Amino acid sequence: MRVGLFVTCLVDLYRPVIGFAAIRLLEQAGCAVAVPEAQTCCGQPGYNSGDKASAQKLARQVIAAFDGFDYVVAPSGSCGGMIKTHYPELLADDPAWALRANALAAKTYELTQFLRDVLNWDAIAARFDGKVTYHDSCSSLRELKVKGQPRALLAKVDGLALAELPNGEPCCGFGGTFCVKFPDISNKMVEDKVANIAATGAATVLAADMGCLLNIAGKLKREGSQVQARHVAEVLAGMTDTPAIGEEG
Amino acid sequence: MQSTSHLFKDNVARALVDPNLQQALVHVRTKFIDKRQDAINALPEFEALRDAARDLKNHVLSRLDQYLVQFEENVARHGGQVHWAQTPAEARQTILEICRRANARTVTKGKTMVGEEIGINDHLAANGIEPIETDLGEYIIQLRGETPSHVIAPAVHLTKAQVEETFRKVHTELDPARNLEEPETLLNEARHRLRGRFIVADVGITGANFLIADSGTTTIVTNEGNGDLTQTLPRIHIVLAGIEKIVPSIKDAGLLLRVLARSATGQEMSAYTTFSTGPRRPGDLDGPDEFHVVLLDNGRSKLLGTEFEEMLRCIRCGACLNHCPIYHAVGGHAYGWVYAGPIGAITTPALIGIENATPLPEASSLCGRCESVCPVRIPIPKMLRHWREEAFERRLTGTCARWALALWAALATRPALYRLATGVGARVLRLLAGRRGRFATLPFASAWTKHRDLPAPQGRTFMAQYRSRK
Repeated sequence: MRVGLFVTCLVDLYRPVIGFAAIRLLEQAGCAVAVPEAQTCCGQPGYNSGDKASAQKLARQVIAAFDGFDYVVAPSGSCGGMIKTHYPELLADDPAWALRANALAAKTYELTQFLRDVLNWDAIAARFDGKVTYHDSCSSLRELKVKGQPRALLAKVDGLALAELPNGEPCCGFGGTFCVKFPDISNKMVEDKVANIAATGAATVLAADMGCLLNIAGKLKREGSQVQARHVAEVLAGMTDTPAIGEEG
Repeated sequence: MQSTSHLFKDNVARALVDPNLQQALVHVRTKFIDKRQDAINALPEFEALRDAARDLKNHVLSRLDQYLVQFEENVARHGGQVHWAQTPAEARQTILEICRRANARTVTKGKTMVGEEIGINDHLAANGIEPIETDLGEYIIQLRGETPSHVIAPAVHLTKAQVEETFRKVHTELDPARNLEEPETLLNEARHRLRGRFIVADVGITGANFLIADSGTTTIVTNEGNGDLTQTLPRIHIVLAGIEKIVPSIKDAGLLLRVLARSATGQEMSAYTTFSTGPRRPGDLDGPDEFHVVLLDNGRSKLLGTEFEEMLRCIRCGACLNHCPIYHAVGGHAYGWVYAGPIGAITTPALIGIENATPLPEASSLCGRCESVCPVRIPIPKMLRHWREEAFERRLTGTCARWALALWAALATRPALYRLATGVGARVLRLLAGRRGRFATLPFASAWTKHRDLPAPQGRTFMAQYRSRK
């Protein structure tokens, strides 16, 4: 089974370990993973800012880059959701590309969703001691309906205890360019989020989207919190020897 | 109503530091959400009802002209009259004329958002007719000279202490030392004040939750019974509604009623659901002598057949406001016009022009919680994006943002150049951050670092590392 990894721009730039963790998990599950060179960004900044033309351009680029794979997997509900639910809409008026957009959408998954729903795999070989909590990104939760999958996988990690985040449904306040266009509203949202994280007593917060994680980790550190933030793939792949997001090291 | 939607950012800045507002908004965040969830948990077919409600509204919108004409015929058949108003000015004029013909001095009002849309209260007052709001929340904000901040809970931005203060200031005939500790005492005081006004009012104006085409019936739902007194006691009843409120039959109203109150307040049904068909008939014990329905278009019909048509399905339950983190943070007045929250962010540009409301569709993280609770499944995030597209095409978005996007697109569509730029960027940021792993401040990132640290990249990009590993 040939799987193309859509690394996502934030993982590429900020936290490569997530990409390597995703590869390790996919390989453990028996996939042949490749990372096409021609990928950059899924096009969300333009798409969500009204710049449809640039979003279409990037969508075509991604579609072309991932031709020929059986599946495409992204360690992000946001970018996965963009490809899966928005590309067909974005290119609907362009018959030739609409067809290809639909084909790509049908074979694209968020990482934990792919491992559980497509491969039915949960042979996690990892250890992570301590109490963690999990933040569902809006795109995973509402766009892709991913909720049980990361939890099922985390349940297989030795030493890990999951404490559910109270009032877990609201957005963390990231929202792409939203957080810098409306920093004060965004701040209010992430304040609530980190307060709920603190209430769980967990030492680590996990999520499957680098955007949320940058926002949450940045707020935790600003508040002087000891809680660490990591991508769920790092924990599932047993690649937690690097410092957590925004930590010294 | 004068709009300040273009000043959204200023409104937000004020809202975020308003301690009363922030205290009041805590209720919205918890109470509405939990009650709705409980009501839905008790109704297994709720999701199917949402589908049916969506389909019903879509059907109506596809034949809106036919149903409106049918509604008008049936209103006339029962002795009432429909007045068509294309603009707020026409609606105001129509209502004023009806009031003048009746030599009306006071008008009682049930809750109507369309009334806010056309600014009916100010118009009546300017013409010597006193409008009296009878919904408790509306009554409170009328005393304070404010507008509703929530479609079903107009005074939700106020604390109990503020209401008490207002009552003491306005109800000067009552004992200043009276005890107003309990919410019930406030309610009783307002009720007592309003009773007399109901009796003397010449005209009653209500909104409508539904207009039933095959019988010419209008429907309101309330929890206080004020709507019934407003529409049965005065000599004249004027119903003011948007043209999208039509449903084919009472059976269809029943379907929407099943999702409306559950979505709004978590009730199975509102306390009062009242159907009005024409004026009082011979032998009727009560009811008005005249029954008028003023139907407002105000740009709604222009949305038909466009990518914005689906917003006309809205049944004004307020669930999207109740679940919106932006609304939770800033309340309704920040939106600057009649309709607040997610539905306001898509409706306001439609009714007053995107050029007058550009910030509203931008002020969303597109988290999708609104769509996930909408009883008629309006794809609100999709519409927010449509408005952003329109603003972008018409160059209403900020120059800075446009340049940033253009730069990003130029890079991202050239993978080789992109690798070069991100490779350098990641390393430079890593070096600047040193061992600390994050930035407390960073040039050009102040909007981010104002409230949070910016984590530093790990060092080399994924792509660079992947290439050298291969």
